[in-house]
Amino acid sequence: MANHSISVTVNGSNEYLTVPSNMTLLQLLRERLAITGPKNGCSAGECGACTVLMNGEPVNSCMVLAVEADGAEVVTVENLAHDGLLTSLQEAFLEHNAVQCGFCTPGVLMSAHALLERNPHPTKEEIQEALVGNLCRCTGYLRIIQAVQTAAEEGGA
Amino acid sequence: MTARPGLPSFDYVRASALDEVTRLLKEHGEAARLLMGGTDLFVRMRDGFISPKIVVDVKHLPGMRGIIYDEQAGLTIGAAATMNQIARHPDVQTHYPLLAEAANSVASYQLRNRATLGGNLSNGSPAADTAPATLLLEGRIVLYGQNGEREAPANEFFLGPGKTAMQAGELMTAVRFPVPPAHSAGQYLKLGRNKAGDLAIAGVAIFGFSDGPVEQVANLPNLPYRFRIALASVAPVPLRALEAEEVLAASPPGEETFALAAEKAMQAASPIDDVRSSAAYRRAMVRNLTLRGLRNVWEQLRK
Repeated sequence: MANHSISVTVNGSNEYLTVPSNMTLLQLLRERLAITGPKNGCSAGECGACTVLMNGEPVNSCMVLAVEADGAEVVTVENLAHDGLLTSLQEAFLEHNAVQCGFCTPGVLMSAHALLERNPHPTKEEIQEALVGNLCRCTGYLRIIQAVQTAAEEGGA
Repeated sequence: MTARPGLPSFDYVRASALDEVTRLLKEHGEAARLLMGGTDLFVRMRDGFISPKIVVDVKHLPGMRGIIYDEQAGLTIGAAATMNQIARHPDVQTHYPLLAEAANSVASYQLRNRATLGGNLSNGSPAADTAPATLLLEGRIVLYGQNGEREAPANEFFLGPGKTAMQAGELMTAVRFPVPPAHSAGQYLKLGRNKAGDLAIAGVAIFGFSDGPVEQVANLPNLPYRFRIALASVAPVPLRALEAEEVLAASPPGEETFALAAEKAMQAASPIDDVRSSAAYRRAMVRNLTLRGLRNVWEQLRK
């Protein structure tokens, strides 16, 4: 199987890597770069636990080949907080206890972050629609939606 | 179901020219698969349904991700344009809102950033959400093969579950849509097990139009408006409900005509029982969705 040399920016750091054809972006992040915020849930693009931003847009990293990310800018949940300061979205998740087991949370945060970037004042329906691709098996949706609403009221992502 | 993080092994090739793709398809035959968004391909590979030796990424070919609108020529959408690209595009929203609505109904936001129009159509799924709109807006599928480019009208493209008019060795490069009628309205009603994110139990698209401005045609004795209806997920292929359309062409628009057309649309469906729904429920929902869609589109047309 062929190997490919790629360069990808992950959380602001330029990475030059050699990857096999069949490696996914999720595997690259978790297994090569030890960035374990994105989770492997369904491996089928259904659950959204692996959601990361690629060139600013949320994607399921289990459904993207590492080689397809060549030249891309990738951001994971690890890069939301800066200098020990959480984003207002993350603060709102704490405030509302919008985390139960936590497995879905990194993906939910990335989808919600991207929503607030493109639409700083979403309606409840727009929040629900933006999070359709993020399943929470603890079924804590109500608090998640409330947290995103609070973050939106307090000025975005 | 076991989550399989890894994919079976294959060689990835990023194609840079159309003839490179046709050469690879000829050389490798069934062992080569084309990659655009990968949202169906990777699932099928993980599930072991297909195991290509070579995966050819065609989305970087010139024009494959473009969306171009021209007042004379109409709309050309590159086969690898994503659902979100289509749903958000100002020209698609203005001139082809039915297509924007259909693209926006696919799966989740994340998947719509990857899933492509070409992939949705070329898989030949009866449940393809963009198929009914492509049928009603008279899309022409642009295919490239050893002998160059050809066009297949959407209504001749879908041949059976997983079967299309695409021949071995061909790739889809674009879908072209003619300029829509001056006055038109459309709606795609998708019924899933959830409000959003699911595959369709049944999908009904309605497109109503008139060829002239309303004022000029409103007083004509016979029927200024025409309606087209297409169904998804209720037959071996996405299809037009032609007998229902004939009912609408023969009688004045209104509750009675719409009810009869909805019955005819239901008769055009030949659904199966599966995990998402029974066949009987699908039939009933085709009738109900068609009726609802006709009322809504008629109301929009009269505005």
